[in-house]
Amino acid sequence: MRLVKQIIAPLLSSARDLLPIIIVVTFFQLFVLQQPFPNLEKIISGIVYVMIGMTLFIRGLEMGLFPVGESMAYAFARKGSLFWLLLFSFLLGFGTTIAEPALIAVADEAATVAANGGMIATDDAAKKSYAYGLRLTVAISVGFAILVGVIRILKGWPIHYLIAIGYLGVIIMTAFAPKEIIGIAYDSGGVTTSTITVPLVTALGVGLASSISGRNPMIDGFGLIAFASLTPMIFVMAYGMMM
Amino acid sequence: MPFLTELFFTTLSTIKDVLPIVLIIFGFQYFVIKRPLPNLKKIIIGMLYVILGLTFFLIGLEEALFPLGRLMAQQLTDPAFIRAGLDSAADVLQWSDYTWVYIFAAAIGFSTTIAEPSLIAVAIMANDVSGGSIGARGLRISVAIGVAVGIALGVFRIISGTPLHYYIITGYIIVIIQTFYAPKIIIGLAYDSGGVTTSTVTVPLVAALGLGLASTIPGRNPLLDGFGLIAFASLFPIMSVMFYAQASAWAAHRKAKNSALQDEGGE
Repeated sequence: MRLVKQIIAPLLSSARDLLPIIIVVTFFQLFVLQQPFPNLEKIISGIVYVMIGMTLFIRGLEMGLFPVGESMAYAFARKGSLFWLLLFSFLLGFGTTIAEPALIAVADEAATVAANGGMIATDDAAKKSYAYGLRLTVAISVGFAILVGVIRILKGWPIHYLIAIGYLGVIIMTAFAPKEIIGIAYDSGGVTTSTITVPLVTALGVGLASSISGRNPMIDGFGLIAFASLTPMIFVMAYGMMM
Repeated sequence: MPFLTELFFTTLSTIKDVLPIVLIIFGFQYFVIKRPLPNLKKIIIGMLYVILGLTFFLIGLEEALFPLGRLMAQQLTDPAFIRAGLDSAADVLQWSDYTWVYIFAAAIGFSTTIAEPSLIAVAIMANDVSGGSIGARGLRISVAIGVAVGIALGVFRIISGTPLHYYIITGYIIVIIQTFYAPKIIIGLAYDSGGVTTSTVTVPLVAALGLGLASTIPGRNPLLDGFGLIAFASLFPIMSVMFYAQASAWAAHRKAKNSALQDEGGE
């Protein structure tokens, strides 16, 4: 009975989460494109791996990532040192973004766009340094976002003021940025927040909001991820203007 | 043993991704907070689960879903396929000829979002923090609907060739207006759900769809027009989550009003 509860039930729940994808892919393959599945056994084994992976990830989330984020938030609140908390927030954002594979891919493509658009030289060295500069820009902007978001939780500012200011920043920058960079800048907001960063940062926010009196974890705890996907847009457009 | 080599290299690259985070956490824990983490053993096991889980997840996706999804995106956006579905073969394809592409965009947006691990994480957290009043499943479904609508509209934008920022700026204005009317407790979560939807599962498939479209439609530049779908996928969930919260608040309000009326009528 315990075995069923601990292993089978989460696996079934992962299967249920995957069901929509399986239905969509099967429907389009068989009915719209009207083709058989190429190497079906590989697809089935792949789905089983995804199911196992999802189950382990969710288990690890509740055992490891959430408690770490929350207990660090409590420890910083107890210690009462603003400097270390803000440094930690910045580094958490910066450190998790600089190595993000999705960002590396987007930065490389952006460098190709820039080279084709005549903004930088077309040789590899110029592209490489452009891509690296872009990654650094995004990582700094995410670090900055988490830092500002943490200050917001401490001060209890309403989140929508900051978001509205951010939107305004995006709109103003869009008017001035070279048009080649706009699509990349808008997308870079979405790719920065990785699967490991999100639970940690969310737990940090909720932990901080619940350990400071007068803050509501539901109202004040969420919102860090929102900043982290907003600031990269502004910073990347600024980078595009400077290059 | 191709599987074992793959397992090994994927584990290695996952560890590489996790390493900076682990270093920052343990560095601060031991040099600044100077207190051991409570339940250290459990946390380390949990971290190992996370690394192993992501590894399996990525291997499975690479093996089953990504090649098929990419191929599908390619085939569905192929002008030959779209022409085959039309009764009269016009010389120039209109935006309305791409019916299956829109349906595919919405369906793949919805289904990959339901399987997105970061969204599961945020939904579990929201469920715990709100004491169950914000259900994990309802939140995930409304986010997924937002992504579906967003990606379908983003596909329309690529096909019609209209500028990206018009859509995004209009979206911002709607979000700001909704913020005034939405229940206060949902706002932070709604904004967050924009950022979390687009990661491991959604981005590779959606990017393939965008690039496939931009490279087959005459006059589109894949490098310029292929981008932007992710921006749509991160904007629309904000609206759909606030809408969901507004709708449920409104329904609760109506129900309370109705039962109040009934009480009055009974007296």
